[in-house]
Amino acid sequence: MTIILNGDPHEVTRPLTVSELLSQLEIDSRRVAVEHNLVVLKRGTFDNVVVHEGDQIEIVNFVGGG
Amino acid sequence: MDTFSIAGKTFTSRLIVGTGKYSSPSIMVKAHDASGAEMITVAVRRVNLPAARAAGAPRGPKEESLLDYIDTSKYFILPNTAGCYTAEEAVRTARLGREAGLSNWVKLEVIGDEKTLFPDNEALLEATRILVREDFIVLPYTNDDPVVCRKLEDAGAAAVMPLGAPIGSGLGIQNPNNIRIIREFARVPLIVDAGVGTASDAALAMELGADGVLMNTAIAGAQDPVAMAEAMNLAVRAGRLAYLSGRIPRKMYASASSPVEGLVGR
Repeated sequence: MTIILNGDPHEVTRPLTVSELLSQLEIDSRRVAVEHNLVVLKRGTFDNVVVHEGDQIEIVNFVGGG
Repeated sequence: MDTFSIAGKTFTSRLIVGTGKYSSPSIMVKAHDASGAEMITVAVRRVNLPAARAAGAPRGPKEESLLDYIDTSKYFILPNTAGCYTAEEAVRTARLGREAGLSNWVKLEVIGDEKTLFPDNEALLEATRILVREDFIVLPYTNDDPVVCRKLEDAGAAAVMPLGAPIGSGLGIQNPNNIRIIREFARVPLIVDAGVGTASDAALAMELGADGVLMNTAIAGAQDPVAMAEAMNLAVRAGRLAYLSGRIPRKMYASASSPVEGLVGR
């Protein structure tokens, strides 16, 4: 199935939790914030929120800025 | 000790510094240390994904988390909404920054023009109202316009942050009188944000009565960022002391410093 990940189509084999998605992407969940269909997720919900076909996911972190 | 508070949080240093444009993380860390700053701004951006990395995107400092280099027990992190052009984008970014940083403070930027990076005041006010309702501590980057600053304050902004000059321009305080007028009316802290080029610009901002100065490029872009950070540290303190000391009035003509009586040979 296809999800929209940071604006681009991304293939995953099945519906999965945000934690599973981050793990597949080799992203340390402690360092990022995640938006699921325009709703910003609390970190504690990463294990429970399930990503389905067509869902929009944004994963962000901090970078240098002024 | 001369301290100042924003939304109940007290700071000793009146200098706020950024994390952008440094040539290396280690220079950034040394510059932050030399600046004496207690609050540091960061930007919120999409992470680099493995697909992009595999496609040949350069591996480099960006791959590591910026927070690997910032001692968060020492520095207070202020996420910004830089690069946002609508209230909606800025609000989304602020919400993401809150989750990534675990604090509800935001340096709110809503840009209205690509070339000048001047704020879109209408959208800035709208985003301020939304975020204040969501219990954010909102520090808006704004024009040096006293009326807009007042509106932001009325909308619940915890501070007002007028620009001294366009972001990254290094032109210094272009309209000192407006900063003075904003000082006179503001009931929340006034931070001059953007436009500083060198130490005297930061000192002037403080002499005009600003509670603090926020800068990035002036330090990160200097030939020796660590030395410039120290210069800014001193300048902000010097300017603050001068402001508190009550400068002499400006006069047209000279007024002798040495006695006019007892001159030899008269």
